[in-house]
Amino acid sequence: MSKKVRTTHASSTVRTTHASSQQVTNAAGRVVPTVINGKPAVPYMGIGKYKPEGFRAAPKLASCADYPADGNKVVPSLKEALLKAGLRDGITISTHHHFRDGDLVATQVFDIAHELGIKGLMWLPSASFPCHEPMTKYLADGTIDHIEGSMNGALGRFTSEGKMQGLGVLRSHGGRYQAVQDGEVHIDIAVIAAPTADPFGNANGVNGPAACGPLGFALADSQYADRVIIVTDNLVPFPCLPWQISGNYVDYVAVLDKIGIPEKIVSGTTEVTKSPDRLLLAEWSAKFCDEAGLIYDGFSFQAGAGGTALSIGIFFSEILRERGWKARFARGGSNKYLVKMLEEGLVEYILDGQTFDLDGVRSMRDNPQHVWTTPFTSYNYHGKGNFSSMVDIVILGATEVDVNFNANVVTHSDGYLLHGIGGWQNTLFGKCVILPVPLFRDRMPVIRDEVTTICGPGELIDVIVTERGIAINPLRKDLIKKMKNSSLPIKSIHELKAEAEEICGVPAKPKFTDEVVAVVKWVDGTVLDSIWRVKR
Amino acid sequence: MTGNKGKGVRSDCFVTLELTGKGGIDLQVQSKVAVMYGDDIRREALEILKFFGIRNAKVTIEDSGALPLVIAARLEAAIKKLRPSEKEFLPAILKENNYRTEKDRNRFSRLYLPGNSPSLMVNAGIHKPDGIILDLEDAVAPDKKDEARYLVRNALRAINFYGAERMVRINQGQRGLDDLDFIIPHNVNLILLPKCEHPDQVRAVNDKIKTLSPVTRHPSRVTWIMPIIESALGVMNAFAIAGSAENVVSLAIGLEDYTADLGTRRTAEGAESFFARSMVVNAARAAGIQPIDSVFSDVGDMEGLRQNVLRSKALGFDGMGCIHPRQIAVIHETFAPSAEEIDKARKIVNAFHKAQEQGLGVVALGTKMIDPPVVKRALNTINLAVKMNKLAKNWRETYE
Repeated sequence: MSKKVRTTHASSTVRTTHASSQQVTNAAGRVVPTVINGKPAVPYMGIGKYKPEGFRAAPKLASCADYPADGNKVVPSLKEALLKAGLRDGITISTHHHFRDGDLVATQVFDIAHELGIKGLMWLPSASFPCHEPMTKYLADGTIDHIEGSMNGALGRFTSEGKMQGLGVLRSHGGRYQAVQDGEVHIDIAVIAAPTADPFGNANGVNGPAACGPLGFALADSQYADRVIIVTDNLVPFPCLPWQISGNYVDYVAVLDKIGIPEKIVSGTTEVTKSPDRLLLAEWSAKFCDEAGLIYDGFSFQAGAGGTALSIGIFFSEILRERGWKARFARGGSNKYLVKMLEEGLVEYILDGQTFDLDGVRSMRDNPQHVWTTPFTSYNYHGKGNFSSMVDIVILGATEVDVNFNANVVTHSDGYLLHGIGGWQNTLFGKCVILPVPLFRDRMPVIRDEVTTICGPGELIDVIVTERGIAINPLRKDLIKKMKNSSLPIKSIHELKAEAEEICGVPAKPKFTDEVVAVVKWVDGTVLDSIWRVKR
Repeated sequence: MTGNKGKGVRSDCFVTLELTGKGGIDLQVQSKVAVMYGDDIRREALEILKFFGIRNAKVTIEDSGALPLVIAARLEAAIKKLRPSEKEFLPAILKENNYRTEKDRNRFSRLYLPGNSPSLMVNAGIHKPDGIILDLEDAVAPDKKDEARYLVRNALRAINFYGAERMVRINQGQRGLDDLDFIIPHNVNLILLPKCEHPDQVRAVNDKIKTLSPVTRHPSRVTWIMPIIESALGVMNAFAIAGSAENVVSLAIGLEDYTADLGTRRTAEGAESFFARSMVVNAARAAGIQPIDSVFSDVGDMEGLRQNVLRSKALGFDGMGCIHPRQIAVIHETFAPSAEEIDKARKIVNAFHKAQEQGLGVVALGTKMIDPPVVKRALNTINLAVKMNKLAKNWRETYE
């Protein structure tokens, strides 16, 4: 690997800290900074190449002498909990996203910080949603210095326009666990919204008005943060069962009237698609899996939450039912469709990282075969294995794919950052990764010469299914051989790209300044790509 | 003003044009794909304005990801509203679309697409209907009928329909005849003639086609006509209409208008339209053309659709319309010969060939004699099964 070192030309006065840092070309051929928010960072070296050394980070030791013997850690308000936890300038505060667009807690935390005149915080959400748009004003006034996690919608736009003070860091769900565990990120205060909790701090997501299923995204936060605050609107007497979060990690419990908006927690984006084009993608994807021999009695799959992925599950069901087969396990995001498969006996276990609707929540609560998982069990790359590489079929989306099968999920072809990585990067380690994507969206071709941002290296992406043909990664000679006489339209990725450009024209590339506004981390904590400030 | 904008509008653009006395071209482009195609859109718009000799104008384009052929259609329609012209700004005809269709090809499914909705046109062909209908009649609002013509014309030329028969449903009466100017010279395979009640209507269309054809088209290139029977009078004249011209290839029935004309309501069982459907089937068969059934309008009810197709097939229809791409597969599967039908046909056809090979005049299956019409029907079934990949072409080589 040749590392071409170059120095950026500082073009902005605000951003002198990182505009002056050094940049190198990493193993993915992307120019990335070697210093991020004042800390050194390792450029991406290839899949499985970077090996961490040393030990996990460890939280401070504590003594029971400092905690109430009656187990009651309830404090009068969230503000008081934050103050007791040591809220001050420049610290890192984490939240989780199990409430999705119905989260009422994260913004309140920063409302309080703002009210107290606190500056320079780092927000470490496990993901962000449109409801977090108010954070842009705290980013603008310096209450928050920068975000590490995901920057969706308005937050992404804000970042892309170079308005965030510090450098944004995008991590996968597994990467977030890895970063906290490795000590790459230190959480000063973890705020964990919990649909049900007891005064000791035991908490779960399966009961209560804001029930959301598991609380796995907050696991690392509870284990590694200096101070842990549980925020609930459903306080029950000890013991709160099940305890997905153990109260032994918890410092304070704050009770609010309402922590989430139920109808937004169970998001409406998880219906089976009615679009004929997407249904065709789903049908072809399922057919591909079947013809390639990927579906068998006892196979496993990752069900995505998008309309297309859900429809693929329905096509899988038909195949399983017809042959009397079962999937051994399915990885969630779960919802009513997957639950139906479980209850019909088409799937033996759901290993669920997040739950998208109330059927999913009910099933997780009542059905012992619907199991909650965490980023530690499923995704953490700096561990002794994880579940992701054991899955037979993984169905994912992408905003762009390039002719080398690299894929993008965070930026759009116009250069703007609009989405987070989620578990997407982690699931790429599955045995066969399939991306059903339209060849073009309106007039936007999805297959490019080079993706705007690399989130997943091409060697991990096996099949691209479009409505005008299916491309198999040339590295997957086994799949190519199996599909040799397929009735499906197998084409090369170059043919597909040419077909889209014939219809849409050749798209121009977005124009960027030479200023990095955020980075994309790989699952091992190395820097895979940079997101550049858009030129307006 | 032409085109569409607003929430839910995709792959279209909204154009306003104001001719000004001086000051050159003031072009404002607002596009969802500005970063990727903003320059292309400006270049295209300026080229079109120049083509029509527009030197001074205020033009705005609000684009939701329209393809070039759509932008061209919208802008040309806007220009011609203010300054009528004989000139046409035509996209090139795709070489992939340069195919003719046979008179007796399969017409199991024909997918209706509203003639003024570009987002539905681009991907219609990938769902593999036998025919795609760009509808200028009922699916287009009265005030959009003019601009739809430009869009349909450009779509016929420049959208790949992947082998589907390119069909256009024209309007009724004089407007329909005027529609032909935008269609006949532009690569259409078949014209649907709505509310057909008399053979003269077919003749009028053919007369108009003749005036449009010689200059632009190869003489061997026939445009087929599918009259739609949608009234009591049409039903009574069905046979005369079916046999009114050489290029009439099928006769369709439209049940919404027909039941309204009768003063009754359309039901799932269809008792009210039994006579009309039977008349259309008989008229078409008597004239040697294909009878085609009406659409099934509940796009969510696939089982209902299947039952409907089975009834259609039993009545003698060769195909039906559809209004959603997901209906296509159900229609094809159900109209296609069933495994049982194929099996029976194979026995008969095999016996027929054996009889021929042995020089026998009579075809027999076991002790049972087979009548010639039965053999003919079995041969049709086999041809269809082969055409639909349900049977290998050389099936007899391995047939016991």
